[in-house]
Amino acid sequence: MIENKIQKILDKFNRDKTRLMDILLHIQSEIGYIPQTLIQPIADGIDLSAADVLQTISFYHFFTLKPRGKYTIYLNNSIVAYMMGREKVAKVFEEECGCKFGEVTEDGLIGLFDTACIGMSDQEPAALINGKVFTNITTFRAREIIRDMKQGRKVEEMFATTFGDGKNASPLIRTIVRNRMKRTGPVLNMSYKAGNTLLKQVAQMTPKEVINEVKLSHLRGRGGAGFPTGLKWEFCRRASGEKKFVFCNADEGEPGTFKDRVILTEKPEMLFEGMTIAGYAIGAKEGILYLRYEYMYLKKYLEDVLDRLRKNNQLGPNTANIKGFDFDIRIQFGAGAYVCGEESALIESSEGKRGEPRNRPPFPVEKGYLDYPTVVNNVETLCSVVRIIQNGGDWYRSLGTEESTGTKVLSVSGDCRYAGIYELEWGFTVSDILEMAGAENTLAVQVGGPSGALIGPDDFNRTLCYSDLATGGSFIIFNESRDILRDVVMNFTEFFIDESCGSCVPCRNIPTLLKHKLEKILQGHGTEKDITDIKEWGNMMQINRCGLGHTAANPVLTSLKNFRHLYEDKIQKTVEFDSGIDLAEAVAESCEFVDRIPKF
Amino acid sequence: MNKQIIFTIDQKECTSEAGKYIVDAARENGIYIPTLCNYKGVKPAGSCRVCTVKVNKRHLTACTTPVAEGMEIELNTTELNDLRKAVVEILFTEGNHFCPACEKSGNCELQALAYRFQIMAPRFPYQFNKRDVDASHPKILHDHNRCILCKRCIRAVKNEEGKSVFTFENRAKKVHIKLDEKLGDSLTDELAEKAMEVCPVGSILVKEKGFEIPIGERTYDKVPIGEMLITDK
Repeated sequence: MIENKIQKILDKFNRDKTRLMDILLHIQSEIGYIPQTLIQPIADGIDLSAADVLQTISFYHFFTLKPRGKYTIYLNNSIVAYMMGREKVAKVFEEECGCKFGEVTEDGLIGLFDTACIGMSDQEPAALINGKVFTNITTFRAREIIRDMKQGRKVEEMFATTFGDGKNASPLIRTIVRNRMKRTGPVLNMSYKAGNTLLKQVAQMTPKEVINEVKLSHLRGRGGAGFPTGLKWEFCRRASGEKKFVFCNADEGEPGTFKDRVILTEKPEMLFEGMTIAGYAIGAKEGILYLRYEYMYLKKYLEDVLDRLRKNNQLGPNTANIKGFDFDIRIQFGAGAYVCGEESALIESSEGKRGEPRNRPPFPVEKGYLDYPTVVNNVETLCSVVRIIQNGGDWYRSLGTEESTGTKVLSVSGDCRYAGIYELEWGFTVSDILEMAGAENTLAVQVGGPSGALIGPDDFNRTLCYSDLATGGSFIIFNESRDILRDVVMNFTEFFIDESCGSCVPCRNIPTLLKHKLEKILQGHGTEKDITDIKEWGNMMQINRCGLGHTAANPVLTSLKNFRHLYEDKIQKTVEFDSGIDLAEAVAESCEFVDRIPKF
Repeated sequence: MNKQIIFTIDQKECTSEAGKYIVDAARENGIYIPTLCNYKGVKPAGSCRVCTVKVNKRHLTACTTPVAEGMEIELNTTELNDLRKAVVEILFTEGNHFCPACEKSGNCELQALAYRFQIMAPRFPYQFNKRDVDASHPKILHDHNRCILCKRCIRAVKNEEGKSVFTFENRAKKVHIKLDEKLGDSLTDELAEKAMEVCPVGSILVKEKGFEIPIGERTYDKVPIGEMLITDK
């Protein structure tokens, strides 16, 4: 029986080993996990070794070789979840289930698992339960949810509120997630007419003209790195290759970011239009939307949008009546790995492999997906492109600042009255945003997520732009009641420890060593030497291969830079060396056992 | 043959073919760049970061970056030498390395680099990670305590169909090398030997073959690593 199913799934993907991610995702959604006994048949079916298949499976958070319960609860453990009461909710889940996080109940009914940010920071605590999103979970709701599970109810019957606003309520989504679009601007506002730009304008332009318009706009990548989009397209257009590919990076994994989720819900046509324009500009026929596993609840809806676009000649043969431009888009799901937001890791993952970033050069524009020239752009970047073509590069360049043109969509969360997404022209100060979001008594702001910087009030007059505070969009606010080191920095550091791909020596080790240093300092064992060590050891991260590796020590390093007093206050001023071990405490148990009182 | 180009390493003018990796181009010019995960004839991985050099203020791995015309490479600066040393120190604290009892002592590249960098004691605390020794395979003894996760075995040891006998499993702190069961069962003596040979440390050993050359007469006992460069060319 199962054997047959597997063969069908393998056939569905032409027994193509580069589609291993899809094969595994399908098997897991059929069976609930990937049984060990199937590894060899899968491997044989796509001409890989079993160990090859296992190395992909074991890389991703959501793939599992063991059943994780009829109901699987993935409760977010990002910082905002904790700030909004995650600990109490988790406790109730554990009590009601009679098992701990990381375990499944004895009867196999419910599995409790932690998971990194699921893109719901404006409605925490939140969890993924069998792929459905549950937001604003209280202890009361947690009890109800477990009770419903014990009664065998369907997950979608467990929602206790009406569906979310906008498209969240549409028949193909039906989620309780809310958009919270607090402010839209020139890119995301209501004036968008799906398909107009592509059908009426792009169809009259040459690819070169499209690229020139984007270059004229000075648009830079919105994922955080800020590479000029027009230039990237031009490189890819010029690169030689039989085929070319456009990827949209929707692996929005930076804790505290959720803007792409809202864009994908409300403006998917715009994103797909942007991908199509990119495809036309570089000469690609295939676009791939790499979507994070956490947003699986949008799958049916997005596939329906793609179908509609095909019917309207906005995709498919002779797209937009441009002869010979046969462009189409497919969705590639991830399976839980933050590092896959790095463009070359995203490509590796799309090829069915472990999401390990590649060495560069060659860059993806020369040798990307399946070794063909590939452009990878962020969701927001591609949406901005539509507006640039619609209104002109000059118009776009008139927005924002001279060097950071256009707008940026921020995901604002944490201690403020109005969490949600804000589209702003570049050039706003941190204070402006705090005021807009109704934040008071703010102690610190994490700009750009854990990989960005933790800044204090002295820096609140600084400007969000590429030359000052660059950001991929995550903006987490902490008020004076928060313990920066114990809660914030520790949470972020643990996140990076879990999300390293494990390739580079410093990235695999240094964050853990920094965490131990931080623990030592928090326990009162710290000395001046520990602070120097943190700085020097953290400095090693710059030799890692990818962006994750370069920034994984930032929570510790930027908090040390901007909140040094917090560290200084906790270290011992008169002690030069402290091993970090309390000897009396360490030997207490054995001393009691042999009935001796040690002398030190 | 690609066109000849001129570049510099620590201001010394060098020439090489365009497109060659920096380590190889440097070697042609008589300059040794320390490496650990790199292995002749095997696709470079750039995972240990020991060969890190600086070009245009950016850190790059010399084993994966091709030389280009006019490139100005910084190699032996205080900063870079200390970073390299620190990487080797981390590896000593991450695994459990007991050189005197190791069959690879004297042939071990990790040990040899530690001598070259004059490491007395690592600056990092020992992690005492619990690792397995797997002696279940008929031909290979796999001691994970000594593994530095360089992926050389993954990249170099392939069966006749080109499938990797070894793979990486898991991620982050949990990564380890895994031997494929089926391919492992049919492992030839030749491939087992190769696995031991490419392993820079004593993690992969061929059974019943220990200590053929006595300690004291092994490769790096005679010539320190990096010193045989010119003859090696």
